[in-house]
Amino acid sequence: MLWNTIWLALREIKRNVMRSFLTILGIVIGVGAVITMVTIGGGATVQVREQIASMGSNLLMVSPGKRLGPGQSSGNVPFKEADVEAIMREVSSIAAVAPVSSQSMQAILGNQNWSTQVTGSDNQYFFVTNRSIGTGRQFSESELRAGAAVCIIGETVRKKLFGGQEVLGEKIRLQKLSCEVIGLMAEKGQSTMGQDQDDMVVIPLRTLQRRVTGTQDVSLIQVSVRDGASTDKVQKDIATLMRERRHLGPSDDDNFHVMDMKEITKMLTGTTELLTALLSAVAAVSLLVGGIGIMNIMLVSVTERTREIGVRLAIGALEREVLMQFLIEAVVLSSLGGLLGIILALTASLWLAGMLRVPFIFNGPIVLIAFVFSAAVGMIFGYFPALKAARLDPIDALRHE
Amino acid sequence: MTGGGLKDNRIIEFKEVTKVYGKGYGAVSALRGVDLCIDEGEFVAIMGPSGSGKSTCMNILGCLDMPSAGTYMFRDIDVGRLTRNQRALLRRHYQGFVFQGYNLLSRTSALENVELPLLYRGVSLRDRRQRALEALETVGLTGWESHTPGELSGGQQQRVAIARAIVTGPAVLLADEPTGNLDTVRSNEIMEVLIKLNRYKGITIVMITHEPDMAHYADRQVHFLDGLVVLDQENGGKG
Repeated sequence: MLWNTIWLALREIKRNVMRSFLTILGIVIGVGAVITMVTIGGGATVQVREQIASMGSNLLMVSPGKRLGPGQSSGNVPFKEADVEAIMREVSSIAAVAPVSSQSMQAILGNQNWSTQVTGSDNQYFFVTNRSIGTGRQFSESELRAGAAVCIIGETVRKKLFGGQEVLGEKIRLQKLSCEVIGLMAEKGQSTMGQDQDDMVVIPLRTLQRRVTGTQDVSLIQVSVRDGASTDKVQKDIATLMRERRHLGPSDDDNFHVMDMKEITKMLTGTTELLTALLSAVAAVSLLVGGIGIMNIMLVSVTERTREIGVRLAIGALEREVLMQFLIEAVVLSSLGGLLGIILALTASLWLAGMLRVPFIFNGPIVLIAFVFSAAVGMIFGYFPALKAARLDPIDALRHE
Repeated sequence: MTGGGLKDNRIIEFKEVTKVYGKGYGAVSALRGVDLCIDEGEFVAIMGPSGSGKSTCMNILGCLDMPSAGTYMFRDIDVGRLTRNQRALLRRHYQGFVFQGYNLLSRTSALENVELPLLYRGVSLRDRRQRALEALETVGLTGWESHTPGELSGGQQQRVAIARAIVTGPAVLLADEPTGNLDTVRSNEIMEVLIKLNRYKGITIVMITHEPDMAHYADRQVHFLDGLVVLDQENGGKG
């Protein structure tokens, strides 16, 4: 009887292909959107984790202000080069310390023009961020000390400005600063949050300070802890040192923040996860709207088929059999929507994953949940119309025009 | 006049059946104390002008409606005591319906239409096919199994409806103006089918009609007027 009813329901759907399709479109889009969001969001989270893992677990970031991220209080006391030197000198178990100050700038070569991130730092930067020089050389001591007009560029910048040309010894212009290219960083690829890690130019910190920002500030200090040493201890030591250097009393809060990779991971994946959850919630609403669409059409269908229902009741169909028939029709309809939605989602996710360069990770549970949910939507929104059909008076139903 | 004492082959017995629609001053009595007995194997024509109560009587006969007072015995079952579901089961197992407007499922083949009642009886697919084909053969529609109602004439549609009504092998066939929408030739064809079912399959038939010609096919005529049986007589001179 159940199979018969499902079969009958499918035939009923086939009788009105266009209407059935429009009916389930809401479910298709809802299921499709939820699965796509969760799949892409999951891929992005995994990518963020992998990227951070590849940076090594021994990286610490020291930033001014209480907490890194939005809502940072203004009036932060920035770091100076002396702070960097102090950390290197006074905190033990440190492999490298790099000061970092960045600014977005136009890089120009001839008639080529490319907007990129210019970072002022020293040679430690390459060690701390796990980068290496592909061709050319690092900065020399004198270049660093004097703030010479030299730069090391990333692969993306090379492609955009130079194309196939030789780069070493050429001069590019960073806004008003003309500097000689002395090195090319080895390619690192796409990163965390879809950022191109090769789209950057590194110049000596002093060059940036003197010729670009006009301050002595260091916006961020990156610390690489020696292998095998405790990052917790180094983190504490840095905090103590900075409190001392900034003359903070015992009752004052820190006006800087030392983050380890765990915190950075949490912060970055937290954003991705929150975004995924929000987008999925919006998508889930369309599932609800889809359910209302199904209820609407099922009500129309019950009215249209009143005589049919009358005949069924007259030839001895029980109330619950008529109820089941319409309920199963609604569930079959919405499940079909769910299936189409899954197909749509997998296609869209594969395509989007390629576009956004995040890994495509098939999320079995969410596909299953979305499918079950779509069937449940059919059951919930199909129940009222089905009940209406089952409760019809056979005499009235048979007389219905 | 038939009626009175209980007989072994009695299938339908109405005792003082009344039916009132509405309440209070607006109440309308559709049946005002009807006594009617029908034996197994009879072919009864129910006649009367519209509003005479014949349709109400038919609805009660078909367990689609309940008497307001009085008793309706179907064989030894007191229908008045049955629940809605029990009445549905009674219809399913003992009664077949034919309507004036055929009421076939549109865009559904004749064969599938005929199979429908068997579906509710849980008959297996193979048996369903077999029995539906036999029923269509009985009404003379072999070769038309795959046609949908839209592709069949009115007479053919009504024959499909009859096949659907008899496919379960019911004890009684209730026909509500089965020839109402048909011309004389088709009407006579339908009546021949009904006669055949009555004579050779022993199915009791109760048929509403307002055409005396059709009523003459029956063994007996019952005339209704203003909610009462005013005439109940055997058809003389015919078959």
